[in-house]
Amino acid sequence: MIDLFYPFQWVANNITNRLNLEGHIADSVNFIIYDVIKIFFLLIVMIFAISYIRSYITPEKTRTVIGNKKGLRYHFLASITGVFTPFCSCSSVPLFIGFIEAGVPLGVTFSFLITSPLVNEAAIAILWATFGLKLTIIYVISGILIGVISGYIIGLLKMEKYVASFVYDIKMMKIKEEKKTQKDRIKYAKKEVRNIVSKVWLYIIIGVTLGGLFHSFAPEGILEKYAGNSIIGVPIATLIGIPLYSNAIAMIPIIESLVGKGLPLGTALAFLMAVTALSLPEIIILKKVLKKELIAVFVGITGFAIMITGYLFNFIV
Amino acid sequence: MKIEILGTGCNNCLKLEENAKKALKDINKKDVELIKITDITEILRYGIMSTPAIIIDGEIKAYGRIPDIDEIKTWVK
Repeated sequence: MIDLFYPFQWVANNITNRLNLEGHIADSVNFIIYDVIKIFFLLIVMIFAISYIRSYITPEKTRTVIGNKKGLRYHFLASITGVFTPFCSCSSVPLFIGFIEAGVPLGVTFSFLITSPLVNEAAIAILWATFGLKLTIIYVISGILIGVISGYIIGLLKMEKYVASFVYDIKMMKIKEEKKTQKDRIKYAKKEVRNIVSKVWLYIIIGVTLGGLFHSFAPEGILEKYAGNSIIGVPIATLIGIPLYSNAIAMIPIIESLVGKGLPLGTALAFLMAVTALSLPEIIILKKVLKKELIAVFVGITGFAIMITGYLFNFIV
Repeated sequence: MKIEILGTGCNNCLKLEENAKKALKDINKKDVELIKITDITEILRYGIMSTPAIIIDGEIKAYGRIPDIDEIKTWVK
């Protein structure tokens, strides 16, 4: 198969040659330049593509489409829609209330809420650039399934009474979809690219640089001794990842270099998923609408599903 | 004229407010009441889940995005 990214490697090789570097340093510099170009290329392409699709799939539309329907296929629908909606922790409460108000069952709402931060355009782009397309596809599918299954279980537990009671009193007006032309959608997608890239570029360069240095200078297999345990590693990685905020996607290049030195892939994946799916700021914000029992169930089930995914990767894939 | 800016106070909402103020200043429009709505339950009552949003004389002009100054000008003229 032709390497889509070959031109980037060519550019990186040329720059490294001109700098007259040798040995490990040349290695690191080459790796860093190549990764930076590749990540930014994929970031721009992915954010543009997903934002463009997003201009068709708004949460306002989603909640009316799903409405008060139950069943596994609506968990899938909610989870897949979650991939395309923007998610910052500041929008989780309005989205939650909006879904409940439209009659969307609690479990289906959670399928949406869990997948939404877990599978996002920035994580997809950086995963693709560092771990490759195959693993990225597996990540996306696992992310969607984690949302479906966790949401389904939360639905079975019938925890409606653990939602803050004011949520059920809110009455929302029905609003019309904004009319958007193709030009509007493209403009919106471009704006999103600028928005997200301007927020994460520095962290990505730092992440790639650290990853690149580790990649070239750390001895082979150094992590096997400490983090190589495929059994204990997964829950530890998940527990460390939960409180961290999802902007930590810039850590993906570092994680990739750790995998290169012997960190099991499933352990790495569990960590990344815990970081993106659950975060302390999000939990604090959700406390406004969820009682602590439901928050505990949400974090517990999602965390458990992430650990299972980690084990699947460590032992089967 | 009444302009309502809906948003919980995140960066995007502040940017929208700034754009609206600039648009009004550019076309030198005075008699305008600019109201900020930051309470989330209040915002939801308008049917809005994606912030920021801008409502002019009761009509939702945009939500879930930041309209630029020129676009706002066409609404307030």
